[in-house]
Amino acid sequence: MGEPGTKEVLNLDDLQASSGFRTGRKHILSLLVENKPGVLARISGLFARRGFNIDSLAVGPTDDDQISRITLTVDGASHPIDQVTKQMHKLINVIKIRDLEPNEAVARELALFKVSADGDSRGQIMEYAEIFRGRIVDVSKRSVTVEVTGPDDKIEAFEQMVRPFGLIEMVRTGEIAVSRGRTAT
Amino acid sequence: MRAVDAVMECLKAEGVKHVFGIPGGANLPTYDALYDAGLRHVQCRHEQGAGHAAEGYAKASGQVGVALATSGPGATNLVTAIADAMMDSVPTVFITGQVRTDLLGTDGFQEADVTGITMPIVKHSIMIQDPLEIPEAIHEAFHIARTGRPGPVLVDIPQDLSRAEIPYEPVDSVHLPGYQPTKEGNTKQIRLAAKALANARRPVIYAGGGVVNANASAELVELAMSDRFPVTCTLMGLGAFPAPHDQWLGMLGMHGTRSANYAMDEADLICCVGARFDDRITGKLSEFAPRAKFIHIDVDPAEISKNVPAHIPIVGDAKQILPKLCAEYRALDTDSARLDGWWERVRGWQEKHPLGYEDSEGSEIKPQYMIEALYEATGGDAIVTSDVGQHQMWAAQYFHFDAPRKWINSGGLGTMGFGLPSAMGAKVAMPDEQVVCVAGDGSIIMNVQELATCVTESIAVKVFIMNNGYLGMVRQWQELFWDGRYSAVDMGSSPDWVKLAEAFGATGVRVDDKAELPAVMKKVLEAEGPVVCDVRVTPEENCYPMIPAGQAARDMVG
Ligand SMILES: Cc1ncc(C[n+]2csc(CCOP(=O)(O)OP(=O)(O)O)c2C)c(N)n1
Ligand SMILES: [Mg+2]
Repeated sequence: MGEPGTKEVLNLDDLQASSGFRTGRKHILSLLVENKPGVLARISGLFARRGFNIDSLAVGPTDDDQISRITLTVDGASHPIDQVTKQMHKLINVIKIRDLEPNEAVARELALFKVSADGDSRGQIMEYAEIFRGRIVDVSKRSVTVEVTGPDDKIEAFEQMVRPFGLIEMVRTGEIAVSRGRTAT
Repeated sequence: MRAVDAVMECLKAEGVKHVFGIPGGANLPTYDALYDAGLRHVQCRHEQGAGHAAEGYAKASGQVGVALATSGPGATNLVTAIADAMMDSVPTVFITGQVRTDLLGTDGFQEADVTGITMPIVKHSIMIQDPLEIPEAIHEAFHIARTGRPGPVLVDIPQDLSRAEIPYEPVDSVHLPGYQPTKEGNTKQIRLAAKALANARRPVIYAGGGVVNANASAELVELAMSDRFPVTCTLMGLGAFPAPHDQWLGMLGMHGTRSANYAMDEADLICCVGARFDDRITGKLSEFAPRAKFIHIDVDPAEISKNVPAHIPIVGDAKQILPKLCAEYRALDTDSARLDGWWERVRGWQEKHPLGYEDSEGSEIKPQYMIEALYEATGGDAIVTSDVGQHQMWAAQYFHFDAPRKWINSGGLGTMGFGLPSAMGAKVAMPDEQVVCVAGDGSIIMNVQELATCVTESIAVKVFIMNNGYLGMVRQWQELFWDGRYSAVDMGSSPDWVKLAEAFGATGVRVDDKAELPAVMKKVLEAEGPVVCDVRVTPEENCYPMIPAGQAARDMVG
C-alpha cells in the first residue's frame, strides 16, 4: 500500500486498517542492560520507530553496578513485538531480554494517590486503603495520600474506588516483574 | 600521551592505512595527531564524500573504512553516508569531534547531538565521556563494525577530552557482554536444510550482499555446484556467484531477469543466503514465491522471518555454514536427474526472455549499449561503482560481474551521489585495479566536488556519465504510472561536463556517436589520472524488464 508507483488515491479508512491498531496480549519485557548513557534512548527509539506505545517503563540498578534492569510493558500482536525484541537484542548494550507471560511472572507496581478528603470522606478512603492493603503516607486538612502496591489491575481497581472522592493526582512507578520459580528472570 | 595520539595508535593497531575526512575546530587535536601518525589521510571536499569514500574503501577491500569529521555541520554532513552504510551493512568507523564537555547541551558553537541524530542509523555509537575510555572505545568500534552483520559505528570525542594526557597501553581484547554474534550455525538445522535441498524438485539459491560481506563466494559456488542448483543474486550480491555460469539465472527483483523472477515464483524451495527479502525483491509480498519453503541463512537473527517466514532458519556466518551444508548435502548422495524437469523449464524462460533491448540503427548510443561497451572495453576486469537510477540498473544488468567486490553501489538507501566518492575510496584501497564509476547526470553533481579530491590526491578514477538529460528513473515512473506528467525530472541546462572536469584539473571527454564509443572508452581507461567521460545516450529509454511496484513476479512488464 502506498507504493509510489501507483497513482491510486488511498482511502483514509484503508490506510488506518493497514497500519492500524494492534491489539495483542500485554507483554512485560524484562531487560538487563549495560549501565551506559543512551541505552534507554536506543531502546525507546526502536519502539517509536515501529509506532509502538510503551505503556510503562521502570529502570533501576541491579546487584551489579555495571548492569541495570529495565522493565517495560507494551501492548502488541506477537509478531511485531517479536521483531522489536530481535532489534533490541541487536543493541550492543542490551545483555538479556525476557518477554514474560503475565501468568509466569510476579509483577508489582507502586502508586501514590492524592485524594480530596474532608471529615466525612476521610474515613471511607482509609477504609478502602485498608482493604487494598494500602498505607496512608500523608494527610492534610483537605486531602489524604495513599500508597498502594500490587499488580496493575489492583492499582486500577483502587483508582476506581477513590476517583469519586476527587482524585487530585495519581503517580505510578510502572510495573516491575520477576519470573516465577527458582530460575533468574 | 594525548588521547588523540592514542587514537592514532589504536587505528594503526587495527590495521588502518587510509582515512578520509575534513578537519575543523572540534577535531583539530585529531588532525594534529594525524600530522605525523604515518597514516594516509585523503582530504575530501565534503564529509558526505568522505563517508561514501570510506564505504567504497570497505566494500572494495573488505577492510573497515574510516572517515573523520568535525562537530556540528561536519558530523551532520556524514549522516547520509552513515545511513547508507547501515542499510548495506558496510563495515565503517566514523570518528567525529564534539564541542568541549562544558559546552555540551548548550547550543555551543558547532554543536550537534550527532549520537542522538544517528541513533537509528548506526550499528552502535559511543559518546566519549572519559578520556581513559578512548582506546577501548576505538577498538570496540572496529570490532563491532567488522564482526557479525557489519555496519557503521560512530565515535564522538569532545574536543577537551581528546587533548587529555592519558597513559596508553595497547588494548588486546574488548569486553562486550551484550554482543556475541552467532557464527557456526546450528548443526541440526544445517542437516534439515540439506535434506530439504535433497527433496526439492524446483530449488533456487537466492544470495545477497551477506555472501560478499562474509567472503563466502567460493563456498556459495561450491554449494551450488554440489548439484545443479540454479542461482540468482540480489543487486547487492552481484559477483558473489560468477555471472557467466551455466547455473546463473541473473539478478532477481524489480529489474531482474524474467528467468530469475519466474524461478522464484515457481520454486518449491528457496535457499536464501545473506539476503533479506527486501520489497524490491519480493514485489507484492502476499504473492511472493507462493509455492516455496524457505531456508534462510543469515548472521543477523532479526532478519529471520522478518518479511517471509523461514521454515529452516540458520543463524550464523555463511562462510562457516555453507561448507557444512555442502558436506551434509553431498553425504545424501542425491540423484541430480530429479532436477532435469526444472532445468528444462528454466532453460525455456532463458531462451524465451533473454535480457535485451532494441539497439539504435544510427549513431545514437543506447544506455544499455553503453554498459555493454564498457564491459567490452574493460574486459570485465574492473571495479564498477554507480550512482542511483536507471544507469545503476543497466549497469547491474549488462555488466556481468564474475567476482565479488567488483560491483559497488548503494542498494538499501539508494543514495544518488554515491558513485564518485565510493569509486575514489575503492581506488585508494585497490590502486592497481581499474576503478570505473557509472554515474547518472542527475546523481554525479550531488558529490561532484570529490573530483577535486581525486585530482589533488592523484586518484585515477574513470567516470562515465550516462547522460540522458533526465532524472531518468523518476521520469520512467512518471511515464509509466503517472500518465506521463513529467514533473521536475528534466535536467534543463546541465553543466558542460567536459569543461567542468577540466576546471577541476581532470580530463574531460564527450562522446555521442555509437561508432566512436568503444575507442573513446579505451582511451579513457588507458589515460592517466581521473577522467570524466560524458556519454550522450537516448534520453527517454526505459529500463526493463520490470516488476511494477506492488505487483508480483508474474506481472513483469517489458
Ligand atoms: C539523494 C537522492 N535524492 C533523490 C532520489 C530519488 N531518485 C531516484 S533515481 C533518481 C534519478 C536519478 O537520475 P540520474 O542520476 O540522472 O540517473 P538516471 O535514472 O537518469 O540514469 C532520483 C531523483 C535518490 N535516490 N537519492
Ligand atoms: Mg539521468
